[in-house]
Amino acid sequence: MPSARTFTLVCFMPLAIFTMAFLALPLVRLVAASGSTERGWAIYADILTNARYMRSLFDTVVVSAAVTFAALAISTTAGLFLERNRFPGRGVLIAVLTFPLAFPGVVVGFMIILLGGRQGLINEISSGLFDTRVVFAYSMLGLFFGYLYFSIPRVLLTVMAAAEKLDRDIEDAARSLGAGPLRVLVDVILPGLAPALIAAGAIAFATAMGAFGTAFTLATNIDVLPMVIYTEFTLSANIAMACALSVLLGLVTWALLLLARSLSGVTVAASG
Amino acid sequence: MAGTAPGGRITFSLQLGVTLLACAFLLVPAIMSILAGLTVNYFRGLSSGLTLKWLFEVWELYSDSIWLSLGIAIACLACTLAIGVPAAYALAKTESRWNRIIEEFVSLPLAVPGLALALALLQLYGTMKGFRLSWTFILVGHVLYTLPFMIRSVLAVFAAIDLKTLEEGAASLGAGAWRRFVDIAIPNAMPGILAGALTVVTLSIGEFNLTWMLHTPFLKTLPVGLADSYASMRLEIASAYTLVFFVMIVPLLMALQWASARAQRLAG
Repeated sequence: MPSARTFTLVCFMPLAIFTMAFLALPLVRLVAASGSTERGWAIYADILTNARYMRSLFDTVVVSAAVTFAALAISTTAGLFLERNRFPGRGVLIAVLTFPLAFPGVVVGFMIILLGGRQGLINEISSGLFDTRVVFAYSMLGLFFGYLYFSIPRVLLTVMAAAEKLDRDIEDAARSLGAGPLRVLVDVILPGLAPALIAAGAIAFATAMGAFGTAFTLATNIDVLPMVIYTEFTLSANIAMACALSVLLGLVTWALLLLARSLSGVTVAASG
Repeated sequence: MAGTAPGGRITFSLQLGVTLLACAFLLVPAIMSILAGLTVNYFRGLSSGLTLKWLFEVWELYSDSIWLSLGIAIACLACTLAIGVPAAYALAKTESRWNRIIEEFVSLPLAVPGLALALALLQLYGTMKGFRLSWTFILVGHVLYTLPFMIRSVLAVFAAIDLKTLEEGAASLGAGAWRRFVDIAIPNAMPGILAGALTVVTLSIGEFNLTWMLHTPFLKTLPVGLADSYASMRLEIASAYTLVFFVMIVPLLMALQWASARAQRLAG
């Protein structure tokens, strides 16, 4: 019969073996492969001086940040509304707002093509009514809507869970002291939700930074960083550069999530 | 107070408007996709009639990918149970500053983009052809990505129940370490295990970012097949295939939300 301590160690073993073989070693190899050309570690300096890479990093950050703010605004509004009001059909609205939770990026891309593609709904309507073509799916704007599509459900769930735990007495106290609805929102509700908003925003941002499927479905010429890594790897066979860009992207998103977690003290799982 | 009533109504209407708009944004393309998958000719509209022939065609073209995805999801569940449940138990039992580091490290696949992880796996194992070309290579990626969800879900329940007292009681009755794990810890962690299991299966079936890099032309999972159909098939077939995906994933999601709400309630 093993001692309790030995048994605990045995319980760790499968995890230790798996993560060593398939997480630690591959990541070490990824970093090593990024410096394996004759350029060596100077490849990271090359990224910083390469206009195309910096442009794509900039675009990726901008579209991810824009999606994060839009998703926070929409999901906080809808989440507070659904948490504070009881009415028939409320359950259906919550179900609708959370069902895309597990959609892969490719499916989300297809949804955006159905909305804003050449044969999409918006183009049909605008061609019919105003005789103008409106096609936005195959561009940065399409990507923005795609990321928004999968960010809304995630942020909404976090906001609703946090709104449920808010102390309503403080709001009532603020109101009885004469604070209007806007003041209550800005001074009481939003600060109460802040940890959840930071956590949810960080997840939305990190997911958008690393998302690949949506851009892949919409168009291959949308130059966000994951698409650049993919084309460097497959089309240019520039393996070292693909690895270096992956290391960069991984470090940026990981550091950001770590920062958000230390700010908010909440752990939320990303997915997608 | 007379002023707050109309103000309140405007706020209410605005909030309702944003909520409904968001609902429409998410729901309308999904409904369009479902209808397109069941319509004889999408460009002529519903008046061309409803049909199941696109679904049959999808089954003929892509049933392999559907079975592969189900198989990988089940294998992935088995792996995450075998690795994740003992690990969560061990994490709950030890009080060490290493725990945070272990949790952080295991959760790396949530923060590091799937594309980067896939590239790392390819760099290390790409030359081992027997492994690289088999379905287990895709499985490794899926386990890597879903394992943190299993560990967190089980660990949350262990953290909420008084594991120590329960185990001390069992130990005083002469139960060894293994018996305490099997008879005390696992039954008590069941809500967390169930929620974790549903998360793992749901995420595995939908995983694309890693799988796209790891798959081979002969091993296409459902989302890889979807990407293929979006790029090269007519819209009706792509839509019917998406419909198949919805039918698989939506019940899983509903079960998942029920199970996690239950686990959270039990965890207090």
